Amino acid sequence: MTRYVLRRLGLLLLTLLVASALIFALTSVLPGNVGRIILGPFASAKAVANLNHQLGLDQPVWERYGEWLWGIVRGDWGKSLALEVPILPLVATRLLRSLGLALFSLVLLVPTALAAGVVAARRQGGLFDRLVSVVGLAIGAIPEFVTGVFLIFIFGLWLKILPVQALPQGPAGLGAYLLHLLMPAAALTLLLFAYLFRMTRAGMVEALAADYTRTAVLKGLPERVVILRHVLRNGVLPTITVIGAQLGWMVGGLVVVETLFQYPGIGSLIEYAAVNRDIPLLTGCSLVITFVFACSNLIADLVYAALNPRVRHALGERA
Amino acid sequence: MRWASALEAVRRAPTLAVGALMLLTWVVTALGAQWIAPYTAVQLNLQAVLAAPSAAHWFGTDQYGRDVLSRVLYGGFYALSIAPAATLLGLVLGGAIGLVTAYFGCWVDEVVMRLLDAVMAFPIVVLALLALTALGPSLVNVIMVIGFVFAPLIARTVRAAALAEVRKEYVQAARLRGEHLPYILLREILPNVKGPLVVEGTIRLGYAVFTSATLGFLGLGVQPPTPDWGLMVSDNRNMLTTAPWTVLFPALAIAFVVVAISLLADGLEELTAR
Repeated sequence: MTRYVLRRLGLLLLTLLVASALIFALTSVLPGNVGRIILGPFASAKAVANLNHQLGLDQPVWERYGEWLWGIVRGDWGKSLALEVPILPLVATRLLRSLGLALFSLVLLVPTALAAGVVAARRQGGLFDRLVSVVGLAIGAIPEFVTGVFLIFIFGLWLKILPVQALPQGPAGLGAYLLHLLMPAAALTLLLFAYLFRMTRAGMVEALAADYTRTAVLKGLPERVVILRHVLRNGVLPTITVIGAQLGWMVGGLVVVETLFQYPGIGSLIEYAAVNRDIPLLTGCSLVITFVFACSNLIADLVYAALNPRVRHALGERA
Repeated sequence: MRWASALEAVRRAPTLAVGALMLLTWVVTALGAQWIAPYTAVQLNLQAVLAAPSAAHWFGTDQYGRDVLSRVLYGGFYALSIAPAATLLGLVLGGAIGLVTAYFGCWVDEVVMRLLDAVMAFPIVVLALLALTALGPSLVNVIMVIGFVFAPLIARTVRAAALAEVRKEYVQAARLRGEHLPYILLREILPNVKGPLVVEGTIRLGYAVFTSATLGFLGLGVQPPTPDWGLMVSDNRNMLTTAPWTVLFPALAIAFVVVAISLLADGLEELTAR
C-alpha cells in the first residue's frame, strides 16, 4: 500500500509538471501574443513590444518557463495585472471559499444520489426508477447556469423562500451562510446527480444479481442484512471512484455557478481573469484548479483501494 | 417496409423518437428564423424597452427593445451550427488519433495516450477558457477549441473499439495484400468501429451544445450583438429580478435543445446495445 501511495504521488507530480507546461504553452506559445492579448487589437506595435519587454516576454520560451516554474515553487506567483495584488494569497482565499461550496454540494449530492440509486435498483423498471432516470438524465444535460437561472426564478423570485445572493450581506452565522449557498450548491448537485445515480444503480443491479447475494438470501439472512452487508458494499464501490472523476466537472461547474451567483470563489476569479485578459492571474488560477483536480482524483483512487480488499491485497502482494 | 422498421425502432426506443422530434423542431425554426421571426435579431425599438410579454412581443423585449422571441429563434442557428461543427472536428481528430494509436500499438500508443491523459487532467471549461483567452473569442475559435478539447475523449473510445479489430484476420489479410495504411485504417477498420463512433458522436454533440452555451455565457464565445443563447442569459442576468423574460426564454431554449440531444443519445445507445 505504501508503495502504491508513493507511486501515485510521483505520478501526481509528473501530471502537474506536464499540466504546468501546457498552461504555460497555451498562454505564451499560441499564436496570440501576450502583450497583444492584454492591450487589445488597437494598441500600437510599440506599446505591445514595451509591455512584452516589461513582462520579460522577449526572452526565449524555455528560460521564461523555467523562471515562471521556479517562482511558482518558491511561492512567488507574481501580481495580477487587473487587480494589482499578489496572486498567491488571492487565489488561496478564493480557493477556500470554492472548496466550501464544493463540499456543501457533495454533502447534498452523494447521499441523495446513492439513496436514489439503491431504491431504483431494488425496484428495477418501476415508476420511481424510470422517473428518476429520465428526469435526472434531462436535468444533467442542462448547463448549470441554465438550471441556476431556473432555481433563482422559482425559489428566489417566485416563491421568495431563498436568498438570490450567494453570500450574506454583513456578518452572519453558519446557518445563514449555508442558506445563501443552497441555490448554487443545488445547481451543482443537479448537474452531477444523473451520472452518480446511474453508476450506483448499475453497481447495485450487478451486486443484487451476483452469486454471493443469492447465497446470502438462501442462507436465510434477513433482507436488511443482505442489502447492508453484502449488496451495498460491493454495489457502491464503483461509484466512489466516479465521485473523484466528477470533481473535474464540478470544478468546471464552479466557474459557471460562481459567475452566475456572483460568489467570490476561484471559479469566478478565473472567469474574471479570462474576461479581463489578466494572463498571470489566469495561469495561477488554472494551476491551482488543476492541482485540486489531480489531488481529488488521487484521493478517490486511494479511498477506492482502501475500501476494496481485492485491490488492497493485489497491491500488498506486488509491493 | 422501411416505415415498418422505423416504427419498430420508435417502439423499442421511445426516447429516441421524442428527442429526434424535439431536435427537428429546432432545426426547422433555426433555419427558417428569417421567415418565422416577427422581427430581426438586432432591430432596436427604444419605445418598448424591457416590455413584458404581450401580443406584439410574445417573449417581451430586452434592454434595447429587441424582440426576445426573434433573438431566441435566430440564436438557434448559432447553437445548431457551432455544436455539430465542433463535434465533427472532434470526431475527425479523435478518430484519426484513436485509429492510428490502436493500429501501431507499442510506444506510439503509450506516448500518445500519456499526452492525452495530460490534456484530460484539466477540467474542460478551464482548458477552453485558457485557449480562448489566448486565441481571442470568435465563432471559428469556439468551434476549434471545443473540437480540440473533445478529441482526446473521442480518441479513447475509438482506440478501445479499434484495438479489438486490429488483431482480427481481415486486417492481417489486408496487410498481406499490400494495402496502404490509409486504406486499412479507413476502409477496413473504420466501418467496424462505426457503432461506438456514432454513439460517442451523439453524446459529444450534447456536450458541445452544453459547452458552447457555457462559453457564450462566460463571454468567450461569439460577441454581442450576436443572438447567442448563452450570451443572452449572461447579458441580461442582472435583470432577472426586473425583467425575467429576457433571461428565462433563452435559458429555456438551451434546456430544450440539450434535453432533446441527450434523449436522442440515450435512445441510440439503447438501440445499439441490444
